[in-house]
Amino acid sequence: MIAAARTILRKDLLIELRTKESVPAMVLFSITVYVLFHFGLDRDSLDGELASGVLWVTLLLAAVIGVSRLFAAEREQGGIDGLLLAPVDRTALFVAKAAALFVFLTAVELVAVPAFALLLLGPGLGGAFPELPVVLLLGNVGVAAVGALVAALAAETRARELIVPLLLLPLLVPVLIACAQATEPLFRQDAGPEDLGRWLGLLSLYDVVFVLLSVAVFDFLLED
Amino acid sequence: MEAAIELDNLERLFGERVALAGVTVSVPTGGTLAVLGGNGAGKTTLLRVLAGLLRPHGGTARVLGASLPDERWKLPAQVGYVGHEPLLYRELSGRENLCYHAALHDVQPSRIDELLVATGVADRADEPVRDLSKGLVQRLAVARAVLHDPPLLLLDEPRANLDPAAAELLEPLIGRSSGRTRVLVSHDVQGALAESDVELGLKAGRPAPVDAELYR
Repeated sequence: MIAAARTILRKDLLIELRTKESVPAMVLFSITVYVLFHFGLDRDSLDGELASGVLWVTLLLAAVIGVSRLFAAEREQGGIDGLLLAPVDRTALFVAKAAALFVFLTAVELVAVPAFALLLLGPGLGGAFPELPVVLLLGNVGVAAVGALVAALAAETRARELIVPLLLLPLLVPVLIACAQATEPLFRQDAGPEDLGRWLGLLSLYDVVFVLLSVAVFDFLLED
Repeated sequence: MEAAIELDNLERLFGERVALAGVTVSVPTGGTLAVLGGNGAGKTTLLRVLAGLLRPHGGTARVLGASLPDERWKLPAQVGYVGHEPLLYRELSGRENLCYHAALHDVQPSRIDELLVATGVADRADEPVRDLSKGLVQRLAVARAVLHDPPLLLLDEPRANLDPAAAELLEPLIGRSSGRTRVLVSHDVQGALAESDVELGLKAGRPAPVDAELYR
C-alpha cells in the first residue's frame, strides 16, 4: 500500500511541477487576499486575533483551490479508471492525494506566511517561532485529510466547483477555530504561547479522527 | 474448454434507464467475443462491467472465475483495458506513464522497453503524451493495457486512429495471435466478425441479431 501511495504521490508532484496549476494559483490567491485586507481594513498592520483570523481564513480559502484541482488529472485524463484497473488498495489513493495536498499547502505557506507578515502583521514573525510551524503542520494534516475526502466526493459530480467549498469549509471550521486560537497569542505584541497545548491537542484530535474517518469511507466514494 | 466469461441475463441500469438487459453469452478461454451495435447500444457499458468498473444490477456475471461484483477485486491483475480514453497523463511522457502503471502493477521495468519497441514508440517515448499524435497515443494505450500480460483483453475500438501498419504492428499484442481471451468492440463489422469466435449484437442495451437492422 505504501509503495503504491508513493508511486501515485510522485506522479501527482511531477504533474504539478510541470503544469503549475495548483500551487502558484493558491499562492497568488493568498497574496491577493492579503492585499485586499490591507486596503479593505485600511490598516498597515494587524496583531492578535484579527491577524490570526485573517491568516487562517485566507489559507483555508486558498486550500479550496488546491482541493478543487486535486483530482483534475484523474477526472480529465481517465486516471481513476487506470487506478481502479490496477491491483492497488484504494486507501493508497487517499494517502497519496492527502500527502500531495499536504505538500501543496506547505509550499503555499512558505511564501504566503512571509508575505502576510510583510503586508499585514504588526509584531513580525520573530515571536511566533517555533510554535507557528507546529500549528501550520497540524492544520495542514487536517486540511489534507478532509480535502482529499471532499475532492474524491466531488470528482465525479458536475457541480464540483460548488460542492468543494460547500462541503469543505464547514468541515474545516474546527481547524479554523483551533489554528486561529493557537496562533492568536503568537501574533500579539507581547507574544507568548498561551493555551497553546489545549488548541494543539484539539487539532491533533481532529487530525486523527478525520484521517481514520477518511480511510474508512474513501473506498465507498469510488464505487460507481 | 472452460469459459473465461459467462454472462446470464446481465442487467445494468443508469438511474431509470436500462443500459444493458438480458445479456447472456459465454466466451471460451482464448476466444474472442465481438460486440457489435450502434452508438449508445451499451457496448462500452458491457466492457466496463466486465472490467469491474461498473456493478451489474441483475443477472450473473463470471469473469475469469470471479463472480461480479463480489469478487471483482480479483480482476485488476488479469484484465487489460483499452477504452475511449487512453488512461495516460498528458503531462507525462510515454515512458513515465508506463513506469507509473508498471509500478502499480508490480511489473519489472525491462517490460517497458520491450513494449515501447513492440509498439514502435521507442523513439518518442520521452516526449510528453500531449505532444504525440492520436495514433501514437493509441499505441501507448495498448502498451499500457498489456503491460502486466493480462489473460483477458477488453478492447473498445482498439484500432481507432491507427494506420494499417500500426494495426499490424500491434497484432501480436492485442490480436487473435496474442492468445488472450478478448472482448472486442468495433464498428468494423466484417473485420470484427472475421476474428471472433462468438458474436453479440446489442441494440438499446438488449441482445439483437447481427444483421443490417442492428444499426438502424
